[in-house]
Amino acid sequence: MMFKKTLIAMAMGSTLAVTAQAGEVEVLHWWTSGGEARSIAVLKEMVEDAGHTWTDFAVAGGGGENAYTVLRSRAVSGNPPAAAQIKGLEIQEWGDLGFLASLDEVADENNWDENLPSVVADVMKHDGEYVAAPVNVHRVNWMWANPAVFEDAGVEIPTSLDELWAAAEELKAAGVTPIAHGGQPWQDATTFESIVLAVGGAEFFNDVFVEMDQAALESDTMVEAFEEFRKVNDYIDRGAPGRDWNVATSMVIRGEAAMQFMGDWAKGEFTAANMTPGEDYICAAFPGTEEAFTFNIDSLAMFKQRTAANAEAQLKMAELVLSPSFQETFNLNKGSIPVRTDLDMSKFDDCALASMETFKSTSASGEGLVPSMAHGMSTTSTIQGAIYDTVTEFFNSDMSAEDGATRLARAVRAAQ
Amino acid sequence: MSVSRKKGIDYWLPKLVVSPTLVIALVFFYGFVLWTTFISFTNSSFLPSYDFVGFDQYVRLFMNPRWLNAMWNLVVFGVLFIGICMVVGLVMAILLDQNIRAEGAIRTIYLYPMALSFIVTGTVWKWLLNPTVGIEKFVISLGWDSFIFDWIIDPDMAIYTVVIAGVWQASGFVMAIFLAGLRGIDTSIIKAAQLDGANLFAVYTRIIIPSMRPVFFSAFIMLAHIAIKSFDLVIALTGGGPGNSTDVPAIFMYQFSFQRGQLGIGAASAVIMLMTVLAILVPYLYSELRTPKNG
Repeated sequence: MMFKKTLIAMAMGSTLAVTAQAGEVEVLHWWTSGGEARSIAVLKEMVEDAGHTWTDFAVAGGGGENAYTVLRSRAVSGNPPAAAQIKGLEIQEWGDLGFLASLDEVADENNWDENLPSVVADVMKHDGEYVAAPVNVHRVNWMWANPAVFEDAGVEIPTSLDELWAAAEELKAAGVTPIAHGGQPWQDATTFESIVLAVGGAEFFNDVFVEMDQAALESDTMVEAFEEFRKVNDYIDRGAPGRDWNVATSMVIRGEAAMQFMGDWAKGEFTAANMTPGEDYICAAFPGTEEAFTFNIDSLAMFKQRTAANAEAQLKMAELVLSPSFQETFNLNKGSIPVRTDLDMSKFDDCALASMETFKSTSASGEGLVPSMAHGMSTTSTIQGAIYDTVTEFFNSDMSAEDGATRLARAVRAAQ
Repeated sequence: MSVSRKKGIDYWLPKLVVSPTLVIALVFFYGFVLWTTFISFTNSSFLPSYDFVGFDQYVRLFMNPRWLNAMWNLVVFGVLFIGICMVVGLVMAILLDQNIRAEGAIRTIYLYPMALSFIVTGTVWKWLLNPTVGIEKFVISLGWDSFIFDWIIDPDMAIYTVVIAGVWQASGFVMAIFLAGLRGIDTSIIKAAQLDGANLFAVYTRIIIPSMRPVFFSAFIMLAHIAIKSFDLVIALTGGGPGNSTDVPAIFMYQFSFQRGQLGIGAASAVIMLMTVLAILVPYLYSELRTPKNG
């Protein structure tokens, strides 16, 4: 009996010794749908090729709320996964609580500072240290248009807000729904932030949604943005309230509606319908925001690990996330663009190329690259929620634009 | 000897069997009620913290226009849902009680909506009420061009669509409860009343309905907790929209606790919901449960 126990202990000891060389990375994520699951499987293979073990910890459901609930309980009990799909300001919240591990070693070796635009790097850093690895970049300020519908109505694709309303008026007269919209708070906010960007420009956008400047929130520019936002109401169909974004996209695909304002994840729907960008559908910047880029970046935040081997595996994975081959495969599957600006883009389609071009030019000039408010890049979820509430309340009532701006400023102040 | 041992088992077995349930209820219900109350007095954000801030979260909660709107919606929905379900359920039960043919089949049909989950009910009614695909479009296609039925997209009327879907689902169940109550009434009383010359209407309003007080009580309790907990129906039917016009406290609590990282305010809203339930149930329980003693 005694002998057996010793044997078992020895066996266990030796396995431990073996695994101590190679670490384990446990990754909490909700990339569970078809294309996403394929994308993350690539990272799994690469980590395993590097000799480490990958433990998949996918929690499906919601916009990640289920995953967050699991993550919180794991973190509180002192046993967080190696990496978790956390983005935007939430990285800072976890960093403030002291849960995140520094990736500076890998970042220095691989010149992250040079390869990543500084705005992106700032989101990934906490107290000046890299704590998260960016996976992809989505552009939010897109307009998806069906060119056949525009041609039938004899209307050009609009490039400014004034042109947009003129075009919408003619499309409406031609009997199509000008704007395919889904009346859910986050979709209202997505459209609203693009209008704010078009009306006030990137600097103003920064003042209101990043700095939360009270004067800017109540300014005339904001009132004007609310007035423009109100006009959207005239050009959506009556079935819009509660509609999911992909249903709205399918209205554009079928030609029932002329255009949709949505981030580039909408591209997947067009691709699935076997449509070619530039011919069957058009991806253009939201009218009046050609020179700007609202980014939404998915990232893996790295939690402090208990063993050195796991920490080593974690660093290796962070390095792989930024590697050109992973960035390319993942983003080809996901419809987004790589975070690195130095990659060969020959395999990407026109929309991705256009997106990359604006991403590069805005990050080089330092003007126009702004974090998306509607997608949690610029504010904490608390303030974001307060903005959602006001914006959707405005959109679904007959509140005046002045009241809208005042209410918005008050809601932001209360949430701070 | 053996007799006393048997007694011992008889004595302990029920307690033993019930005790796990008791412990689970104590910990997971009452324990977490206490913990939630505790959290509502702290400044917890997206992780629980233990810094006490007194009633701050409650102040913030009642300063939030969305919460006040959600509470008002609950009042509107609760009163209409419970009231209409009771009336419709009672009328259907009385009509079914007239010794009609195929009663079993009809009863089953009325009861069937209860077999569906609120998610299914909500989704089906979402399509039916959607003006571009549902009832409105159907009536227009029949030739009535000016017909408009767009409550679900009208922020002022959307809460009533939740009432419609809720009543459709729950009134059959209420009918079953009332039918059981009707069948439980001693027929000799009714016959005596008829011999005394009471007509059918008087028999129902003077004798049968008053004697069904306990049945009203159980129906009310069941409907009230469905109303206050209502979450899935609203999520499936309107998603809380248009805007936040059909927001209810349960959705508010879920969003603030789990989506917006404000556990403190979420816990405060949960405590207020519990208080609402207690404020309704305790006086009612008190008045209902003491009547048999007096009577």
